[in-house]
Amino acid sequence: MEPALILEWVIKSAILLLFGLTGFAYLTLLERRALARIQVRIGPNRAGPFGLLQPVADGVKLIFKEELIPAMADKVLFILAPIITVLPAFVIWAVIPWGRTVIIAGREINLYLADVNVGVLYLTAVASIAVYGIVIAGWASNNKYALMGGLRSSAQMISYEIALGLAMIGPILLAGSMSLVDIVEAQHKTGWYFIPQILGFIIFLLAGLAEINRAPFDMPEAEQELTAGYHAEYSGMKFALFFMAEYIKMIAIAAIAATLFLGGYRLPFVEISAAWEPLVLFGKIFVLLFGMIWVRATLPRFRYDRLMAFGWKILLPLALINIFLTAVVVVLKG
Amino acid sequence: MARPDLTRVEEIARGMWITFKSMFEKPVTVQYPETKRPVKSRFRGRHVLNRYENGLEKCIGCSLCAAACPADAIFVEAAENTDDQRFSPGDRYASTYEINLLRCIYCGYCEDACPTQAITLEHEYELSYYNRRDAIFDKDALIVPVPDGGKITPQKVEPGTFNRAIPEMEDPTD
Repeated sequence: MEPALILEWVIKSAILLLFGLTGFAYLTLLERRALARIQVRIGPNRAGPFGLLQPVADGVKLIFKEELIPAMADKVLFILAPIITVLPAFVIWAVIPWGRTVIIAGREINLYLADVNVGVLYLTAVASIAVYGIVIAGWASNNKYALMGGLRSSAQMISYEIALGLAMIGPILLAGSMSLVDIVEAQHKTGWYFIPQILGFIIFLLAGLAEINRAPFDMPEAEQELTAGYHAEYSGMKFALFFMAEYIKMIAIAAIAATLFLGGYRLPFVEISAAWEPLVLFGKIFVLLFGMIWVRATLPRFRYDRLMAFGWKILLPLALINIFLTAVVVVLKG
Repeated sequence: MARPDLTRVEEIARGMWITFKSMFEKPVTVQYPETKRPVKSRFRGRHVLNRYENGLEKCIGCSLCAAACPADAIFVEAAENTDDQRFSPGDRYASTYEINLLRCIYCGYCEDACPTQAITLEHEYELSYYNRRDAIFDKDALIVPVPDGGKITPQKVEPGTFNRAIPEMEDPTD
């Protein structure tokens, strides 16, 4: 392996990590501003122009907070849990393509870190790891509320992961490949998959919201009955890591939805310069993120038993029907 | 399999529409330090000590406000007026007048107790201090400036002109 290739990968990884971190920081600001507008308020606008320095202020505050570890907590697991939660949120970005090939300094550079031929499988596999972090956080805190939050979270994530995985099968069947690059290129020829896969798209969005513990499925963090759930005992940067994981996974789910159902970095049928393609993907991610914030501003939290019933009795059968119909259509069309 | 409940989907869609619409409404936020909402005329803010039009202080040092104060926030010390050194009409004036604004509960009883309407609660509400000593407002801080045409106290006056401490009531039903 030539050194330049390794350098290229390192630079691309660094770009992805920086995108994840700044994306997280400014997504919190976007969410606060958008929620404020929906509630006919203004939102944070004091730190810097339009409140653009607010994430910096929040970060500085969190860094200087005292890091409390409860006396009876399992210290190793307690420290490990936020790391386990936040890492997959970054690792997931490796297979998401954000453009075709650009030529920089006479060198062809693919705008993705890896084109894994089982890309979708990788997504589901990596996304599931975060559940461990949350369960471990609940367990290691040695706090009944945190434990209940962790248990709820694991139950919720496991039930919705099935629907999420099944919803991903639709685009795989249509594109005939598990590689995300192939799926995006196939959508460039046939149009976005959310039209033939409208059911799958809706299931994916609902299950995605549940998977990343966003409202109205933010059961594990229920403040009223669980005092914030699995991260009740966490403070300072360790809490910030959980927070970061939630928001980076929000961006990741939006990116996956954009890639699988909304044509990823390409516009349908139209050719644009490869340098603009990351912006196309960004625009789609932005729209989906705004949708998530909008849903959070509108819908109250589901009751826990209804959440489970919805996942197992409605989403799962619908996802199976969707796969069946898609498979039949794909076979009949040859 | 459960049948998707159409009315429920419709309800969610209506909720989403309402939150979407509210995004384009004018924010109700008042950007406080830059813009301030006017207070009601009966608002009870920080006290002031008033003067008559000729510049004499209305406060006669009777301590009724201190007696009425449920929080024991007011301290008054009286001294004798003379016609050479006249601060207020009548025999006595408040040589020391202090209100501890950290103790004060802004009930306005001092205002009600005052026989000369010397102390009134006005509309100043931005009251914060870096130390407790700064929260004790003395007479210099509380008293209003001398009105136009008035003279600063102590005044030198004609003997016998300001012997009555409490002014004649103009409208007894008031």
